[in-house]
Amino acid sequence: MIHREPPPTLLTVEGLNAWYGAAHILFDVGFEVKRGEVVALMGRNGAGKSTTFKTLMGLLERRKGTVKLMGQDISGRSPSQIARMGLGFVPEDRRIFTDLTIAENLEVGRQAARRWPDDSPAPEWTPQKLYDLFPNLKEMGPDRLGGRMSGGEQQMLTVSRTLMGNPYLVLLDEPSEGVAPVIVEQMAHMILALKSQGVSILLSEQNVHFAELVSDRAYVLEKGQIRFSGTMAELAANEEVRRSYLTV
Amino acid sequence: MSSFLVQLLNGLAGASSLFLVAAGLSLIFGVTRIVNFAHGSLYMLGVYIAYSMSERLAGGVGFWFSLVFSALAVGFIGALIEMVLLRRIYKAPELFQLLATFALVLVIKDGVLWIWGAEDLLGRRAPGLEGSVEILGRNFPTYDLFLIVIGPVVLALVWLLLTRTRWGTLVRAATQDREMLSALGVHQSWLITGVFALGAMLAGLGGALQLPREPANLGMDMLSIGDAFVVVVVGGMGSIPGAFVAALIIAEIKAICIWLGDVNFGPFSISFSKLTLVVEFLVMAVVLVVRPWGLFGRPQGTPRHSGAPEAPLRPAGKSLRWFAVALVAGMAVLPLLQGQFPYALVLSVDLLIAALFAASLHFIMGPGGMHSFGHAAYFGLGAYGAALLMKAAGLPMEAALILAPVVAGLGAVVFGWFSVRLSGVYLAMLTLAFGQIAWSIAFQWDDFTGGSNGLIGIWPSGWANNRTAYFYLTLVLVVVGLFALRRMLFSPFGYAMRAGRDSVLRADAIGIDVKRIQWLAFVIAGVFAGAAGALFVYSKGSISPEVLSVTKSVDGLVMVLLGGVQTLAGPIVGAVTFTWLQDTVARSTDYWRALLGGIILFLVLVFPQGLAGFIHDLVVKLKPNREAAR
Ligand SMILES: Nc1ncnc2c1ncn2[C@@H]1O[C@H](COP(=O)(O)OP(=O)(O)OP(=O)(O)O)[C@@H](O)[C@H]1O
Ligand SMILES: [Mg+2]
Repeated sequence: MIHREPPPTLLTVEGLNAWYGAAHILFDVGFEVKRGEVVALMGRNGAGKSTTFKTLMGLLERRKGTVKLMGQDISGRSPSQIARMGLGFVPEDRRIFTDLTIAENLEVGRQAARRWPDDSPAPEWTPQKLYDLFPNLKEMGPDRLGGRMSGGEQQMLTVSRTLMGNPYLVLLDEPSEGVAPVIVEQMAHMILALKSQGVSILLSEQNVHFAELVSDRAYVLEKGQIRFSGTMAELAANEEVRRSYLTV
Repeated sequence: MSSFLVQLLNGLAGASSLFLVAAGLSLIFGVTRIVNFAHGSLYMLGVYIAYSMSERLAGGVGFWFSLVFSALAVGFIGALIEMVLLRRIYKAPELFQLLATFALVLVIKDGVLWIWGAEDLLGRRAPGLEGSVEILGRNFPTYDLFLIVIGPVVLALVWLLLTRTRWGTLVRAATQDREMLSALGVHQSWLITGVFALGAMLAGLGGALQLPREPANLGMDMLSIGDAFVVVVVGGMGSIPGAFVAALIIAEIKAICIWLGDVNFGPFSISFSKLTLVVEFLVMAVVLVVRPWGLFGRPQGTPRHSGAPEAPLRPAGKSLRWFAVALVAGMAVLPLLQGQFPYALVLSVDLLIAALFAASLHFIMGPGGMHSFGHAAYFGLGAYGAALLMKAAGLPMEAALILAPVVAGLGAVVFGWFSVRLSGVYLAMLTLAFGQIAWSIAFQWDDFTGGSNGLIGIWPSGWANNRTAYFYLTLVLVVVGLFALRRMLFSPFGYAMRAGRDSVLRADAIGIDVKRIQWLAFVIAGVFAGAAGALFVYSKGSISPEVLSVTKSVDGLVMVLLGGVQTLAGPIVGAVTFTWLQDTVARSTDYWRALLGGIILFLVLVFPQGLAGFIHDLVVKLKPNREAAR
């Protein structure tokens, strides 16, 4: 590129509200993710992080507000349409297909390669590349059943499965939760590796240290509302926000 | 010995069609979580279409082409059903889906009646395979050998399709987690239509292959769906290899029963060949109790998200109470109008009995959360109990009316003990099995129950032996019964039962013995259904195994669902609507089943929360407006 323009916005969320049945959970949530960024959505248990992700994916029946992915409105679309437009989702409970093998899990997530609006190729994934990124998966072999893997291994598989869809942006829900410290470290490496390959990531996180390791910017969510937005450095400096809304 | 081995081969031949039908049912259940009652109807269509085609196309090629064509045609019909109907009700409660597919059974049955007529149609023998081969010194039909091969071949093909293609991988993924699948970008509507088409095609093929063995007839749908349910439950819901193994087991056990014939144990003689109707349900009951998820199935997790919690029941408001009193008073003067409407009293007795039957079913279904598919068993036990107490034991009507519900209650003690160990679809299937067992006993125990002819000449005692008196007797007993059922729901027992329905774990935690409560609920429901049955038999003067049939159980379900499961007035509204509809429709057309089915489909699509639920919602919606206007 010749001009040094600011990177284009990938995801814009404005006035997002969502409900489980009659329970109103998200209140006018707004944020954005730019191309190439890793952004952390932070908040304590029950703050609404997962709900935000599910709402973006179209998984909540009752929702309101605008969500734009590369300028296109996706707020009224079905989950499969949204995924096909290039938004990838890694759920917190992983939701591996336990009756399918590793190779089959990857196959389920497969989508055609994508290009950016400027016609340059977007990051593209093959099982081979993913096995290189996660040597553990490679060791187990493609025929291992999803149900016969440890939590950490399933975490790698669920990320790989979503990457097979070659998403522009990955929604990564609490990658560090409930896995061994070694895996947490691997996850951090993985996020940085993905970033270096041009994948943008919105991750949800409770743990400030993990977020600091990998993210550029952060939003802090509490009771379904955004309470803070800024760079990681600003969040690190803001003792007040960290004490009120996060577990340190 | 050789006759035994040949009989086993016979069993293998029978297993093939059974497997094809069950595999389709299992596949469809796996992906859509819908238990497709109409699957047996698709099987029946397969037989009829193959018949028509093979009659038109001459020659060997024509015959085999007819079989393939029939399978494809049924697959196409299946796809159509999925796209036009089922797609709209995937989010509806499980029971509504069942009801919709049952309505399809009615529609397809009358469709077949209309196109092909009521006569049995004998198909051609398979060209090239007409003869027989000698096995162990006995003649064995060549075509049956062909059938024996077909089963494993289809199993292998389906297996390859599911494990070696992307489509198959997606289908297996959909069986596990459809929401996740869509979040990965897989559009599922075509996937599901495809699965439905494949399942229907297998049913159609199973039917078409049966053509050279037995004539096409209108009873094939219910018989085959019964068999297929058993096979799928025994093998494990959603498991294709399970369906294969279960089909073999069931078919072989039936074959062995036929081979055994009548066996004498000292002074007793047991007719095993008569057991064929009941033996598969016995196998299913045993499997469900020992291994509820079937031989090859896996325990079902609790559903991920089962919608909004049930709204609490409210005691009747003042206006509703007055309405009920007015209704009873209105009915009490009905005999005065006998001159103008001679039929009104007969119909009213039917309506009242139906209301009690439906209310007893609603008792365990709505507040109890247990979906019984064999509630006719208790109605029938009450009816047969009353009839036999009078005929065999010589008791008067008054004693029989008191004791018959006890008989039904005792039946519920036994059946309920097993049933409450299960939940969801499995419980429904086990109750269906018990219903079938009760039916086959009544159907085949000629000496005691009169077999298929039933019993006649069961009239009320002299004082009640006229329309008006019997109407008042029924009115009083039914109103007392309904009131008692209602009172129980608002007693501590009723609260405990609802707590158990909403969360077994939490109810257990506060010291409620949920199984015990559910068992008791089963028995109570059985007693009241038995009372309805006893009233029924004296109103008709005769009885036949019909009262114990699956159709009768489903009638009850339809009534409850029509009215709405979670409203107290629901079963009564539903029973009255249903009975009245059935009565009027049946008298105005030969195709009353189709019309009834059409009406049910319409209601399911338009009022997914039932009639009473719909009226309730409407009232709630209008209320705030009224207040705002003030
Ligand atoms: N299926 C559901 N039905 C009803 N309410 C729900 C459901 N799932 C979550 N909630 C509620 O929504 C709120 C937000 O939950 P959410 O799962 O989004 O939080 P979270 O920030 O992801 O928390 P965690 O760190 O525990 O994953 C919570 O109050 C929770 O109780
Ligand atoms: Mg969460």
